Amino acid sequence: MTRLPVSYLLTIPVALLALAPVFVLFEMAGDAVGLFDAHNLQVITNTLLLMFLTALGAALIGVPLALLTAYVRLPLHRLWLVLLAAPLAIPSYIGAFTLYAAVGPGGEIENLFGLRTPRIDGLFGTALIMALYTYPFVMLTTRASLCSLDASLVNAARTLGMSLPLSLLRVVLPRVVTAIAAGSLLAALYALSDFGTPAIMGLDTFTRMIYVEYNAFGLSQAAMLSLQLMTVVLLVLFLESRVAGTAERPGRRLSLWPGRGQVLLMLLAVLPVILLAIVLPLLVFTLWLVRDGAGDFDFSYAWNSTYASLLAAGVAVVVAVPVAHAAISGRCGRLMERLTYLGFGVPGIVMGTALVYVGLKLPFLYQTLALLVLAYVMRFLPLAVGSIRSSAEGLDGSLVRAARVLGASPGEAFRRVTLPLTLRGMLAGAALVFLEAMRELPATLMLGPTGFETLATYLWRVYEAGYFGRAAIPGLLLVLMSALGLALMLSGERRAEFDVREEASH
Amino acid sequence: MLRVSNLSVSYAKIPVISGFDLALGADEILMLVGPTGCGKTTILQALAGLVPIASGEIRLGEWCATPANRVAPEKRNVGMVFQDFALFPHLSVEQNIGFRLKDTTQVERWLSLLGLEALRRAKPATLSGGQKQRVALARTLAHEPAFVLLDEPLSNLDAALKDSLRWEIRQALKAAGVPAIWVTHDQQEALSVGDRVGILNHGRLEQLDTPENCFSRPASRFVARFLGEAGFLPGEQQPGGWVTTSLGEAQCRPIDGASGALDVLVRPDDLVLSRAGFGDGDDDISGNGRISWVRYEGGSRLFAVKLDDGAELAVRAGHEVHGEPGDRVQLALDSGEPLAAFSRDG
Repeated sequence: MTRLPVSYLLTIPVALLALAPVFVLFEMAGDAVGLFDAHNLQVITNTLLLMFLTALGAALIGVPLALLTAYVRLPLHRLWLVLLAAPLAIPSYIGAFTLYAAVGPGGEIENLFGLRTPRIDGLFGTALIMALYTYPFVMLTTRASLCSLDASLVNAARTLGMSLPLSLLRVVLPRVVTAIAAGSLLAALYALSDFGTPAIMGLDTFTRMIYVEYNAFGLSQAAMLSLQLMTVVLLVLFLESRVAGTAERPGRRLSLWPGRGQVLLMLLAVLPVILLAIVLPLLVFTLWLVRDGAGDFDFSYAWNSTYASLLAAGVAVVVAVPVAHAAISGRCGRLMERLTYLGFGVPGIVMGTALVYVGLKLPFLYQTLALLVLAYVMRFLPLAVGSIRSSAEGLDGSLVRAARVLGASPGEAFRRVTLPLTLRGMLAGAALVFLEAMRELPATLMLGPTGFETLATYLWRVYEAGYFGRAAIPGLLLVLMSALGLALMLSGERRAEFDVREEASH
Repeated sequence: MLRVSNLSVSYAKIPVISGFDLALGADEILMLVGPTGCGKTTILQALAGLVPIASGEIRLGEWCATPANRVAPEKRNVGMVFQDFALFPHLSVEQNIGFRLKDTTQVERWLSLLGLEALRRAKPATLSGGQKQRVALARTLAHEPAFVLLDEPLSNLDAALKDSLRWEIRQALKAAGVPAIWVTHDQQEALSVGDRVGILNHGRLEQLDTPENCFSRPASRFVARFLGEAGFLPGEQQPGGWVTTSLGEAQCRPIDGASGALDVLVRPDDLVLSRAGFGDGDDDISGNGRISWVRYEGGSRLFAVKLDDGAELAVRAGHEVHGEPGDRVQLALDSGEPLAAFSRDG
């Protein structure tokens, strides 16, 4: 085939744009003062330690929960699964903020109950919060892998006299190591790129230091730090691409039948996770709402969030359609699609730094909403591409060929066959981008036009100013958004399960 | 000795097995057979402790499992052979067989008894289906279980391999001297390998007896049909253990005290078929039935014959006997032993 698919022509600029932030950062870092100093070393150590502890913590919480939800028939099984996956949908800065406000001297727990609790902050506090909000990555990847394993190997080991815990350790876990690794790397990636949590917990990581430099007008220094952070991110991404599972023939899923008492014990063990990750934030925000009321919260903040996120979602879908189709139509397109995924790996704060510089160089973009929307689109485009691609992949190529044979032009075939059939994926993609953009903090802080306050930035300013009580409404709204996102994700998962079942019954 | 009394198993409150009783002799092989979904695998899983039981008890030597007192699978000293073999993919044949053993004498014994010595260092992925099944069996027996459960051990194998391997497994079980419960859906396998056969239907045991008795004295029409080609011929009971049918008189054995109007169980080998007179025209009134279909089986032919009084029976005849659907034939009863007879309305 000599003619390039139309989708390629539209995808090439998108792919190039995805690479742009890296070049911009190199350009910016050109006049940085020094490459390294002692504090820089401390930042690297903190970041790496945080990444390691987060991945470890996420695995320690996620793997037992995966075993529990995959193999034990819990009462209200679906509810537990939703609750346990929920922290993934809540931005961790909300957890960090509320935990910070709740414990320690002068915290809400002491105010309410007179109970003295130790302050939780620094490396431990950051890693704790990160693990609490990233363990679902591990739980979900591991659970999926566990569910596909055939039960008879475990049953064989047990009938040969091996105890259940030992069988799980020796016979089951070795077969899901890659899934655990994949989930832990996702957690590590999150730990690298999150800005709010270490900032609130007072841990000097790359993201926090970049923001400090940015505020001190040290853009070139921020760019230098950004590049260092990107190096670590690329390393993790590389590791992730190397994680390859050995495919095993799927079979009947193992079912364990613990007694009533044992189930109760297991659920009790799960409770602290749900209490800390979900109940605590809700309680603290509710407490503030009751005590301080709405404060000076202006609903224009919510509207600003919605408006910018809607724009981002719309643009992302329009851009994602050709990228998704290019990805399906050939190897070259697949490569370009991979390039756009780079944006997802670029931490928000890094994207912010790069685009602030672009705004300074291109005055017509400076302090405009367009620049913020651009940042959102570049970061969250992969979400839209992924969901459109998976719906388009399910599309049988013969349908388009049938339309062509009936006399439709490629354009007409796309408009009348492909488009309606992939509409669902487009809506899902748009919704995912919308929800992510609503919660995005650092890029919004750096790129929002003056006076353009969103839910996330308002929450941040309230934290910085120390008027915690005013965080109630934006906090609750953000949690609500998260719940919507979760419902969306799970409905997608259910659809996928349904599809599988349909195929199996054929 | 394994004793099971009044065992019931439910999945999500739906009973799968109910009122199952069993006592297994010292080295007895019991075949559990039944159609798909009759609960035979569930029984094995309950005996192994892999699913909880709803009522009843399972007792073996020093342990006794009840709904309240669950005994973990690893505490039951049970051996289990799985349909998909369940060999540990990362271990060699030798390591699989000696999975939990410190002493390797049993490993060596079973390697040699089952002819696996040449394969001792092979990984399961490189083995053929028959070899995998031998390794699985060796692994189970080397751990010296108190009883063995086999869950359709031959269903993943080629037909040609099944015949020889089923006998090999029987010999190995006898050599080990352990009682075994062997689940299958193949009635040939059930009749040829087991010391006793249990026929399951909808989670209930319909009959538990020797293969001969199950076949010639089935406890129900279901058992009769399940174990082989079965036709039912209406007849009237006569004194002295006789029954009169449209094919003449025969000795019968009423099942469950059946009397009066009977349906006599007639298997293809209880009948002889002969060609009726000359000419196959419609006006020919000789013979007592008409062929409805013929199946060639190699050494024999199976004919289905629709009798003039309405019953349809299958009869096996030598391969040299020819006949086409529509031909008139003469059927006669020829059985060496009394025929089982069921009450007409039962």
